[in-house]
Order: sequence, then structure tokens, then C-alpha cells
Amino acid sequence: MNLHVSSRDIGERTLDIVSALKSLEGPLLPILHEIQAEFGYVPQEALPVIARELNLSRAEVHGVVTFYHDYRDHPAGRHVLKLCRAEACQSMGGDALAERVKSLLGIDFHQTTPDGAVTLEPVYCLGLCSSAPAAMLDGEVHGRLDADAVRDLVAEVRA
Amino acid sequence: MPLVPEIDFGTPASRSEKMVTLTIDGNEITVPEGTSIMRASMEAGIQVPKLCATDMVDAFGSCRLCLVEIEGRNGTPASCTTPVAPGITVHTQTSRLKDIRKGVMELYISDHPLDCLTCAANGDCELQDMAGAVGLRDVRYGYEGDNHVKARNNGDINLKWMPKDESNPYFTYDPAKCIVCSRCVRACEEVQGTFALTIEGRGFDSRVSPGMHEDFLSSECVSCGACVQACPTATLTEKSVIAIGQPEHSVVTTCAYCGVGCSFKAEMRGEELVRMVPWKDGQANRGHSCVKGRFAYGYSTHKERILNPMIREKVSDPWREVSWEEALAHTASEFRRIQYQYGRESIGGITSSRCTNEETYLVQKLIRSGFGNNNVDTCARVCHSPTGYGLGATFGTSAGTQNFDSVEHTDVVIIIGANPTDGHPVFASRLKKRLRQGAKLIVIDPRRTDMVSSPHIKASHHLPLRPGTNVAIVTALAHVIVTEGLFDEKFIRERCDWSEFEDWAGFVAEERHSPEAIEQLTGVPAEEVRGAARLFATGGNGAIYYGLGVTEHSQGSTTVIGIANLAMATGNIGRPGVGVNPLRGQNNVQGSCDMGSFPHELPGYRHVSDDATRDIFEKLWGVKISNEPGLRIPNMLDAAVDGSFKGIYIQGEDILQSDPDTKHVSAGLAAMECVVVQDLFLNETANYAHVFLPGSTFLEKDGTFTNAERRINRVRKVMTPRNGFADWEVTQNLAKAMGLNWTYTHPSEIMDEIAATTPSFAMVSYEYLEKMGSVQWPCNEKAPLGSPIMHVNGFVRGKGKFIRTEYVATDEKTGPRFPLLLTTGRILSQYNVGAQTRRTDNIVWHEEDRLEIHPHDAELRGVRDGDWVKLQSRAGDTTLRALITDRVAPGVVYTTFHHPTTQANVITTDFSDWATNCPEYKVTAVQISPSNGPSQWQVDYDEQARQSRRIAGKLEAAE
Repeated sequence: MNLHVSSRDIGERTLDIVSALKSLEGPLLPILHEIQAEFGYVPQEALPVIARELNLSRAEVHGVVTFYHDYRDHPAGRHVLKLCRAEACQSMGGDALAERVKSLLGIDFHQTTPDGAVTLEPVYCLGLCSSAPAAMLDGEVHGRLDADAVRDLVAEVRA
Repeated sequence: MPLVPEIDFGTPASRSEKMVTLTIDGNEITVPEGTSIMRASMEAGIQVPKLCATDMVDAFGSCRLCLVEIEGRNGTPASCTTPVAPGITVHTQTSRLKDIRKGVMELYISDHPLDCLTCAANGDCELQDMAGAVGLRDVRYGYEGDNHVKARNNGDINLKWMPKDESNPYFTYDPAKCIVCSRCVRACEEVQGTFALTIEGRGFDSRVSPGMHEDFLSSECVSCGACVQACPTATLTEKSVIAIGQPEHSVVTTCAYCGVGCSFKAEMRGEELVRMVPWKDGQANRGHSCVKGRFAYGYSTHKERILNPMIREKVSDPWREVSWEEALAHTASEFRRIQYQYGRESIGGITSSRCTNEETYLVQKLIRSGFGNNNVDTCARVCHSPTGYGLGATFGTSAGTQNFDSVEHTDVVIIIGANPTDGHPVFASRLKKRLRQGAKLIVIDPRRTDMVSSPHIKASHHLPLRPGTNVAIVTALAHVIVTEGLFDEKFIRERCDWSEFEDWAGFVAEERHSPEAIEQLTGVPAEEVRGAARLFATGGNGAIYYGLGVTEHSQGSTTVIGIANLAMATGNIGRPGVGVNPLRGQNNVQGSCDMGSFPHELPGYRHVSDDATRDIFEKLWGVKISNEPGLRIPNMLDAAVDGSFKGIYIQGEDILQSDPDTKHVSAGLAAMECVVVQDLFLNETANYAHVFLPGSTFLEKDGTFTNAERRINRVRKVMTPRNGFADWEVTQNLAKAMGLNWTYTHPSEIMDEIAATTPSFAMVSYEYLEKMGSVQWPCNEKAPLGSPIMHVNGFVRGKGKFIRTEYVATDEKTGPRFPLLLTTGRILSQYNVGAQTRRTDNIVWHEEDRLEIHPHDAELRGVRDGDWVKLQSRAGDTTLRALITDRVAPGVVYTTFHHPTTQANVITTDFSDWATNCPEYKVTAVQISPSNGPSQWQVDYDEQARQSRRIAGKLEAAE
């Protein structure tokens, strides 16, 4: 993942992604996923290209991108840790766990550690209510977390 | 005089013919199936509280205020999204509903500023109305928590608050007042079809966003104002309302810009215009408008408007302000002197397509009865005269065959040489709506216009032909239809002359007209042409819309005939959804043609050589009318250069800027002894005028305009003419000064005279228009309700006539010296020569004319984007800045002609249509080279213009 891409690059690489996926039915979300996978975020320069190729307006694409919290408008850290903040996890001590993770990392939600190692995000239900409290690290889910488990998770991402 | 009331039914009307009966609050009501409960209630006079619903857009169901209870059903469904059902019993006011509504309103108000007294929407706010309607008395939730209302929360910056966006010159966006009802977003999508707005974020973060969180001006917004009209609060508000306050009365009138002829309510405070709001009952626009009609009226009070008559001996003298009496007496004596000295034929006049039917009628009457000749012409000469000729020859009438509503029934549309999103924006919006419903589109245009590809619009075929090859393409389409047996034999046998068809079919079937044979010539791949022809012939209701890209060619009339042939061959005439539709340029160009503005035709397109017609007017006017056609505009100018034509009365047209070959026009004008210009401003033509008569705007007079669908719309006076007289009064006073005994006291009397003399207007009167709203001519005993669609049971001329269309290349050819083809057009924000729109804030969108050039051609010549380039043709040269774009094909360059300093018509040649002399604006061979700045011609011209605009006793020149 190259974090220093010029806007010209973004346009060209976006165009490649759009061309490959535009024949799908409902191609916008898959395209945005692929763009986020490519750049680590959804660069605003990509939006007009997507709009033009899909016969949409810039506004429409912007509306979709901003609707989904998963699409970022700037790059995240090397790891992304998402803590579930929904009802079941809260009832199983999720609040205290969140505070603990924040203090371990020294950051708040939506922030990235100064060394760029990890970004902390809230998420509203991972579908793991039976294993609450739950978290997701780089796409992998972790359940029945306690103080030790989160310390291990944090140690893993800081390594 | 109150505001013109308009009922908001909440959701659009259903088109179903099946009726459903239900009971709402004890009232039995019958409505078409598919109608929403909200609309059904409103039709019964019961207003269900609502915020997110309005009848210009589809129901959305987000505000949760319009909930109702239905007996036997669970819950409280939203009345806007719930359709009626037979026999149901609906209650709109129950204690349960009242509680819910109060709760919902309380939440809305908890994130809305409470500055109602100083708010621009005070008195016109649906949120305020609904708070009143639901009886909101108390808001339990304070502003301490998250809100969008306050810039600072407890001293901290409130990140949710956004400042007002004032970037658009005509309206403001205040996010703090937004209730996120999405009406603006939906209006932009459904009504205008631009999709410039969205809701960004979700939940409490939801905000209206132009483009990608841009300001309105830099977003995709085209400033049509549909969002402002849809907004229920002060979030989107006209700046004029903020400045002036709420209007107290309104008058329905007709827009004076393009040929769509939108109906507006002019909302007034006294004699001050507060805003223009498109009228939902307007049958051309159905409640929509564009940036020009809604907002660009500031020219009417612009400081450069001339309000006093002026005369001068020589055009090198400064102007001298004089009384009306002196100006008119001077004009009359000059005209009489010239006629005495040089003969009766030595003077003439030009009627205005910007003025009303009544005014146009008077000008041609003045010329025919006062000047005693037929030297009258109009700007249609340079735009749609080939339409008159071509459709007259094939169908028998010189006008479009459909109303605009017809587009709602169209399945395949061909657009040739027209750019409706810029030239006829409200029609474009209606067309786009139909395309989004699934109709197919074929665009024949050298440029990739917005109709070819824009959000939710994609043409099935774009044929980017070389300028000047229209006839070849249209004939090739016919070739495919005939050789592949796709023509409608039944229609042709019934409606047309079969042997004429056979002759024509044999002609187009010749191999030299095949798409393959003409590919080299037109540059359009043969397969695309074949695909387009098959689609049009087999895709259902086929309609053809065309513009000046068809007519303004040396073979303009031939292309119009070719288009008519296509429509007849495919049976696409005489019912909704089909037809041949010229998109006429000016608000009243149809009317000015109808009113006898051509040198060979009396009102109603009757030739001057026809004794019976002449007899009607001779008896009424008490004069002898010449049976010889008079001079056309180019002939007048030729005759002036030759010394036999010496005086001209020009009402509301700027021929120096708009007509081709500027140098020839200026030489003609300079050779005349009395040039009389009647206009709002010292236009370019006035640089050569000896008498200037100030004109009045459409806001200052009564009359009628006839739009592109032949619809006669009323224009109503909302303010006193600032120059003292409406244009028809000026013409009448000039006629009186010339000794004619005219005694019209109101334009309705002129219309009565038109109706009495012109069969297609026989039933038209102001009283009748008052009753009907508007009518489409012919409107007479045979068609008392007017004629939305023509040629329904047969062609006006009897049998439709197929005519061969031989392609003849224009004499204007590219070569080594002039290798590129220049074509011209216009842009959304500016209108024609720009005399009006340049004097409004519309200049923020288009402050200069740019030359569009393909990157390949630009690179060859070392031209970069924004560089000054010299544009040179055989006729002359000018300079302007380049705009590099692949919208134009290699070998083609394009510019607009809205700014006099550009002088695009210095470049255009004097080639013209073989039948009507309509100039060939659309094809000029040119060369381009880098340049440092304005050409010598531009420098000289500017100096001459500055000199000629001096007014004695005033320090500054008027422009």
C-alpha cells in the first residue's frame, strides 16, 4: 500500500478498478470496497471518476460513501481495531473494556496512534452477541474479551 | 390583488383511469387508483400535516407527520406512501395521531433555530405552519446537547454547525435551518434531473450536500431553483426574498427567454419583483424553470438600461436625449424624406422575436400599411426559417407537431443539432425524466453534449458527424429504414402519396446513400448509423427534436425535409409521443413568424401574392398592400451597401451581433441614413443608429408569446414601463407620427384584429385565454380547444409529401489554410447575444466565450488550456481563450456567441440556406494559432463602440 499516491495515479487506478467491476449488477459498493482495499481509504479524487463511469453524479457517489462508516476519507493505521459498542456488548462490560483499550493505546475512537500502528473504531454489532463483548482486528473477530485478552490484542498490534 | 393560490396535493397525480372510492374523515371521495391517501384527502379539502411531501416529487415517507389511521389495519401508516384502496375508512385526526405528530414536531423543533421573527421564510414556512397545525406548545429538549443550530456550544466550537453557503448569486443554503426532508435532493433528481444534491452522512449527521460537500457554485448545480422552490423552510431561500421580504401579490405571466415558454408567477411587493416562481398549471413547464427564467431578470432594472429617447445626426456624434414627441417626429420625417428621395422601397423594418405577438403584428402592419412595402423580416431568418420552409413543404404547416407533454409518451427520441440542456433546459428536464423511465435516445451532434452522457442519461447512439453533413446522415438513416423494410407501409399508404414515397424510397435506397458509402464523408461509423435507424424505426413511438444545428446550414431546409421524411416513413406523426419538433430559440420566434414577419407572408403564413388574403387586410387597414415580396435582412443589407436601401426600424433585435459576417452587417448599417433601434440597451446595432427608442421589458406590458409548441401564453404587466411606454405603444405612436390613424388602447384589441384576420387564430381572444390558461393554434371553429398535436387525422396539406434530399456539400470547405471546422452554440446561463443575461449575475457561470478544441488539435498548434488563440476564417479573425476538451471531435472547434467582445460572427461567412437564406453559422472553416491578445478588429471595434455610446451631458458611456 503506497500512501504517497499522486492524484493522477488515483484517477488511473480508479479507472482500472471501475472498468473491471462496472458490469456487475449494483457495482458501486463493490467498486468502493476495491478502492478502499487499493488505497486504504476512498480518496475524494476517485469519486468523480466513479461518477462519470457509472453515469452518476458526484453528489450521489459522495452520498453513498459518507453513508457507510466503513469507507474512510483518509488512510487508517496499519491495523484497525473495532470494538463493538452495541447493546449486548455494552451489557457485558463493553464500556469498561473500551475505556481500557483507549488508555492502553492512548487514543480515542476514530483516532490513530502517533506511530501509525493502529486505528481504533467503534462498531455497532458484529453479530457476536452470544460471545460479547466482541471486537474485530483487521477483519478477524474476537469474542468473550476481558482485560487480559485486550491487552494481548493491543500488544499484537503494537508489535 | 392577492397571491395566486396553488394547492400542494403532496404527491403527484395518478394517471390511472380506474377509480377508487374511499372514506376520509367521513367524506366519501373517488380518485384514480394509485393516488395516495394524502392526495385524496387534499382533493376532498382535508389537509393532512406533512413536511417531506410535495406534489412535484414522489412520496418519500420520511417526516412521519402525515400518519393516518385506517380502520381494520394495524399501526399508523404514512398517508403519502399509502395508496388508496376501495372501501377503506381513513381517519386523519385521532388522539393517537395528534400525540405522535406533536412528538415528531417537538423533535424537529429541538434542532431548529427559533428566530422565526427575523427569518426570511417568516410567513412562508411549512415548518412554522405545521408547528401551528399540530398545536406544538412546548419543546422539552434543549439545545445543550448535539445540535446543528449554534456555531458554538458552551464556548466550544460546534463541529456539527455549518456556515451559510452564499456562493450561488441567487439563493443561500443555511444548513442550520435544514430539517433534512430531502425535498431539495428529490427535486434536483426528479424534476430537474441533475442529481447535484445528496444527503451526506447518516442519522444525526445527515446534511444536504451539493456535490461532494462542495459549495453550490462549485458543485454540479445548474441553479434551476427547483430545490429552493421545494424547500419547506428558510434553508434554501432566494436572496431577493432575504433582501426584500415576502411578496404580497402575484401575477401569472410567461418567461421571455427561450422557446419553451414557461409560465411563472411573478411574485411582487407593490411594483417590485420579489421572485419568479414557476407556475404548476403552466402547461409548457409544469412547475419547473431554469436559471434564466427564475433568476435572471435583473436586467430589467439594470443601470445601463436606456429610459429616454435619443437622436443624433451622425453615428460619430454623441447621443442627445430628446422627448418622445421629438424622437418620433424626427423618425417619421426622416423615413418620409428617404422614401421621397430614394423611393418607397428604400426603407424597411425588422420585427422582434423577443416582443409580443401584438407588437410584432403592429410592426409588420406599420411597414405594410405605413411604409407601403413588404420590407419586413425577423430574426427567424437566421434561425428557423428552414423549419418553416421544410415542414410547410412536407406537412403543410410551418411549426412543430407536438406539445411538450407528448414527450411523456415517447419511446425513442432523436435529437439532431440541438443542445436542450443548455438551450431549452426545462424541456431537457422533461425529456430526461422520460429517458430515466426507459425511453431510448439517439443524439446526432458533432459535440458530446450533456444529453449524450450525464448522470442517469446515456444515449444509445451518438453520431458525432462532421459539421455540414446533416443531409447525408439523415438520408443514410432513411436508406437503412427503406432497404431493411422498416418503414410503416400502412401509414404511408393512408396518409401520404404512395407514388411519391416510391420515388423517394428508390432515391434513398441507392447505394451511394448507404451508411457505409457516407462514412468517409461524415466520420460516423456505419454500424452506429444502422443501429440508430433500426432503433428509431422499431423502438415504438419515435419523436425527433431538432435545433439550429439543423437549420443554420447551407442545406438547412433539406435537412428539415429529410427529418419530415423520416417521421412519415416510420409513421411517427399525428399522435402523442411522436412527431417533428423544432426547438425554437426565442420566446416568441414562433409568434413573430405567425404574425407575418416575413417579407413574402402576411399573418398566418399566407403569401402576399394571394389576392384574397391581401383583400382582407386592405379592407381593414384601408391601404393597398404590395403583392411583391419585400427584402429579407441580408437583401436589405446588400441593398444598403449598393445605396438603394436607406432606412430601417429595428425592434428588439441586435443584428450586428447576431447576424453572420459582422463586417458586412456593419457596412450595410453604416450606409443607411436613418437607423432606428428600439431596445432596452444600447446594443451593438445601436452603434450605427441615428434614433434610439427605449424599449420595455416583458414585465412592463400585456400581450402574448407563442412558444415552440404553438402555445399562445399570456404575458401580463406587473409594473409600470420604466421608459414610459410598452413597445406596442411606441410603435403605435410612431405610426401616428407617420400619419396613420391607429387607436388601440390595449393589446387585447390588437389580438382581436389578429383573430379576425387570421384563420388559425380565429377563436383566440384575451377573454378566451383567461378562461383556458393558454391554447395551441390552430384555434378556431374546427379546433375550439386548440391543437396540442397536429396532423392527427391527416396532414394539413392533404397528403404528406416525400421529397428527395440530395446532399450537396457546402461551399465552405476546409483546406490547408483553414483546416478546422468551427461550429457555434450556446450555454445554459447565457441567452443569445447576452444583452439581458450579461446584465445579471448569470455572468458568474460564463464570463467569456471560450473556444473548445480537442487536445490533439491543441497540441499540434502548441495551445494550452486558457491560452489566448487567434481564430481566423476567410471572413475575418478574432481572439478568445481556448478550452481544451474531448467534447469536440478532432478537426472541430466550438464556441458560444454570448459576448460582443468575442465577435464570433466576424468569423462566420455569408453562405446561407438555399431556400431561405438562413445563414450557415454552424460551419466555418478556420485556423487557430496562439495569440497575445485581442485582434486589431476587436480593438477598433471596442473603440468605435465606446465612441458611439456617448450620451451628451453624461460623463460615462452607457456601457
